[in-house]
Amino acid sequence: MNKAKDSLLMFAALFLFWLLLNASLANDVLMVGAVAAAVITFLFRNGLGFFSELRLNPRALLTTVLYFFFFIKELVKANLNLASVVLAPSLPLNPGIVKVRTRLKSRMGRLMLANSITLTPGTLTVEMLGEWLYIHWVTVDSADIDEATAAIVSGFEDYLEVMYG
Amino acid sequence: MTELLAPLGGLLLIAGSAFLLLGGLGLRRMPDVFNRIQAGTKATTLGTLLTLAGAACLQPDWALKLALIGLFVLFTNPISSQVLARAAHRSGSEKSPLTAVDRLEDDFGGRS
Amino acid sequence: MVEILVYIAAAITGVAFLLALERFFRGPSPADRVVAFDVLTIIGITGIVLVSLAEGRGIYLDVALIYALLSFLGVIVVARYLERGF
Repeated sequence: MNKAKDSLLMFAALFLFWLLLNASLANDVLMVGAVAAAVITFLFRNGLGFFSELRLNPRALLTTVLYFFFFIKELVKANLNLASVVLAPSLPLNPGIVKVRTRLKSRMGRLMLANSITLTPGTLTVEMLGEWLYIHWVTVDSADIDEATAAIVSGFEDYLEVMYG
Repeated sequence: MTELLAPLGGLLLIAGSAFLLLGGLGLRRMPDVFNRIQAGTKATTLGTLLTLAGAACLQPDWALKLALIGLFVLFTNPISSQVLARAAHRSGSEKSPLTAVDRLEDDFGGRS
Repeated sequence: MVEILVYIAAAITGVAFLLALERFFRGPSPADRVVAFDVLTIIGITGIVLVSLAEGRGIYLDVALIYALLSFLGVIVVARYLERGF
């Protein structure tokens, strides 16, 4: 069951990619895309199992949309924050690498979390070991694990937990 | 509609290139590798996305392909930064003397 | 009018490219150079999009996409190499 869902999701993702690439719905384009996506799905049927970690229920889909907007907001905030640091003559830095912990269990969820952290205010994922993440922080507010987790991870985790678990 | 879209697209292009410039400036001014990666990733990601959005406003026909490039940059850019940051840390890159704390070094002695 | 904005954007992007290029040549560590290279490729993608706008030729966007794909792989490979130590 899980395997069928995996394959179906992978096929859908590949086919969607093909359609975006061609920006056309002509019959021959559709056919070539479907065949190519099917062949790739068959060849990689045992790898890439992380597709099944994406949940397919209405709440997860709604959360994905909300997450997207939250993420864009954080990205813009990160850049304004960065601008204020880079453009200031004194270069107000207080960098350091802190350790935080995540509740997320799935590989895809953790990947998304690490990516999101990298693109948001002043933080960059350096290393990931199981539930522990090592984050480079431009302005370290607190080196304490719990406080750093609350400041860096919690915002995204609430969304990602619903999407991937 | 189109007469509004074109100036908006132009403005988005300017805003996007301004963020790219911010990224370049950050790369120039930041004191160590990790801070440079930070400036490099964030500013160039937003800069590229804004430029692509501006291009989509100017040429609505290209919107799908531009969206594809944007999605690709959005996913790969943070990954390559993370891999670079890890490589920099493992190969023992020099850290700025301002660095307050390094938990990774504390836990693994710089060789994780 | 809008064409002028495209050229202004291209000029600003060019300055950003030069700043990143300076970091690429100055280093000092190999990691710094790879970071600069990564930023250069992303600026390059924007450059290709601006060129395709100025020329009005959408086919260049495919070049940008493939360039993004290959440069991503390149950066990953070089980073893996750095991790093995010098």
